Amino acid sequence: MATNKKTIAAGVLDWVDARFPLTSTIKGHLTEYYAPKNFNFWYFFGSLALLVLVLQIVTGIFLTMNYKPDAELAFASVEYIMRDVFGGNIIRYMHSTGASMFFVVVYLHMFRGIIYGSYRTPRELIWLFGVGIFLVLMGEAFFGYLLPWGQMSYWGAQVIVNLFSTVPFIGPDLSEWLRGDYLVSDATLNRFFAFHVIALPLVLLGLVAVHIVALHEVGSNNPDGVEIKATKDKATGIPLDGIPFHPYYSVKDLVGVVAFLMVFFAIVFFMPEMGGYFLEANNFVPADPLKTPAHIAPVWYFTPYYSILRAVPPIGISQFPGVVAMGLSVVAFAFLPWLDKSPVKSIRYRGKLYKRWLAAFVVSFVILGYLGTVPGDIWGQFGPWLGRADRATVLARICSVVYFAFFALMPWYTKKDQTKPVPERVTY
Amino acid sequence: MSENKIDNNCLSFCQPSEVDLQKRDFLVKATAATGAVGVAAVAVPFVGSMLPSERAKAAGAPVEVDISKLKPGEKMTAEWRGQPVWIVRRTPEMLAKLVKHDDQLSDPNLEVPQQPEYCKNKDRSIKPEFAVMLGTCTHLGCSPNDNFVATAEWDGGFVCPCHGSKFDLSGRVFKGSPAPKNLLIPPHQYLTDTTLLIGEDKKAEA
Repeated sequence: MATNKKTIAAGVLDWVDARFPLTSTIKGHLTEYYAPKNFNFWYFFGSLALLVLVLQIVTGIFLTMNYKPDAELAFASVEYIMRDVFGGNIIRYMHSTGASMFFVVVYLHMFRGIIYGSYRTPRELIWLFGVGIFLVLMGEAFFGYLLPWGQMSYWGAQVIVNLFSTVPFIGPDLSEWLRGDYLVSDATLNRFFAFHVIALPLVLLGLVAVHIVALHEVGSNNPDGVEIKATKDKATGIPLDGIPFHPYYSVKDLVGVVAFLMVFFAIVFFMPEMGGYFLEANNFVPADPLKTPAHIAPVWYFTPYYSILRAVPPIGISQFPGVVAMGLSVVAFAFLPWLDKSPVKSIRYRGKLYKRWLAAFVVSFVILGYLGTVPGDIWGQFGPWLGRADRATVLARICSVVYFAFFALMPWYTKKDQTKPVPERVTY
Repeated sequence: MSENKIDNNCLSFCQPSEVDLQKRDFLVKATAATGAVGVAAVAVPFVGSMLPSERAKAAGAPVEVDISKLKPGEKMTAEWRGQPVWIVRRTPEMLAKLVKHDDQLSDPNLEVPQQPEYCKNKDRSIKPEFAVMLGTCTHLGCSPNDNFVATAEWDGGFVCPCHGSKFDLSGRVFKGSPAPKNLLIPPHQYLTDTTLLIGEDKKAEA
């Protein structure tokens, strides 16, 4: 019997394989995709990002079943989900926590790429697709944040859409077109819903697909920044330092998944608002177009860029420079493959100069992130000797300069850096 | 039969003549251009559908406001086009302070047309006692908060919670604020002594 069953299964598989590349796809991407054997902790975050993407799509679909994208009904429908729908509060908190955890995971994934030089040749396109994913993710987060129609949703959208009105000449018409009204209104909510649930997710899935296809074409980088394809077994053509993704890394990633889910659900169950960082208190107040909350700030994952926006002084009466700086601060990552002139990829073989710059960048990023969550005058003002400038604003300006210098001076300091010799094979 | 065969083979390995290449080049460009025109034509309804609809435009009708219950030194908020319009009843002390801080303002003489012609005066108003302005910051559209209590360094006015822009009680922006312009004064007129019509002025009727 057993053999008979096997042959039927094999027969079905053969039938499919003659019509669709099932077995070869599984081999190419899982069982015979050879990944470097020296992956470490930092390599969890790619697969975790995929996990969060799935969580967001599934919880999102279920939220859509009860959510109403209507300015009159939206806020109440979210509260209905929270209070009356069975499991609704868990699903909603999974989605809102998932949004923040998506950024946690993606920021760590990006940091991994930076420290191990994963954006370097031949992985520039993987990196660019990744930057695309990051941008779309920011769009998803922004559009999604309007949907609960709370005070923070409303005024956050108001501020961001008005950023476009600072574009010279076409600005005011552009922001009116984006809103579909003279102010953020039902029309805006409805279209943001369309962008959030269908337009951007489609783009996101496409980008994730090409990100992975490109990765599996050139092969993964590793903490040593050594190309494992350079040293292959002469008989089999398999990289000597490579191990099949499945089962080795699928099992390793499973450990990461379990640890991640423990943290994730601890947040979902016990602190879904994360002290106002994941869900801001003001968003539990329905949107009021006539009254701005006393302190408005974006959610934590946008605050570094928001700080840069606030830090750049206007030129004349134009706010456009700040908006451009904010845009550049996000897009700057896309240029890394061409800014880094170091002969080595991984931080393990870089010198002190690069490490200091990277440390300065990380510190600036974190400080900017913090400053973006607080009012500009939180630490009071300097005395008349500095024109009574806000202390926090001055610090944000310094950090913004460091932030951009990290990118702008990279060709110089990576070339000048005293690097160490790179081994032929990976180390572990 | 054999001629046919030669022709078929020609498709794959004969060298096309110069004329053929030019013809192909023209056809490719003409097809692409026609396609581009088609795409542009199709884009019109899609892009246009995102503009404010006729209903949204119609919602901009003028509103009547009763200001008889507004006490001196207080502010009320009316809704016009879904946005807050403030009416501030200024006391003589408030009005006296307004003329004293011109040097701290970005545009004390109202050169940027953020008000109708009939409000381009020292109080930015038709009646000095009542200031009417759109309560939307000219920076990024937040609604500034009241901060009417005057101190030694502050003559009373509005502070925007989003990025700290400061305005005086005429809606004029202080230097050093991220907001580039004074608060907008919408077209308005007095129907009676205590009834204000916001969104339409006498000029529009004529």
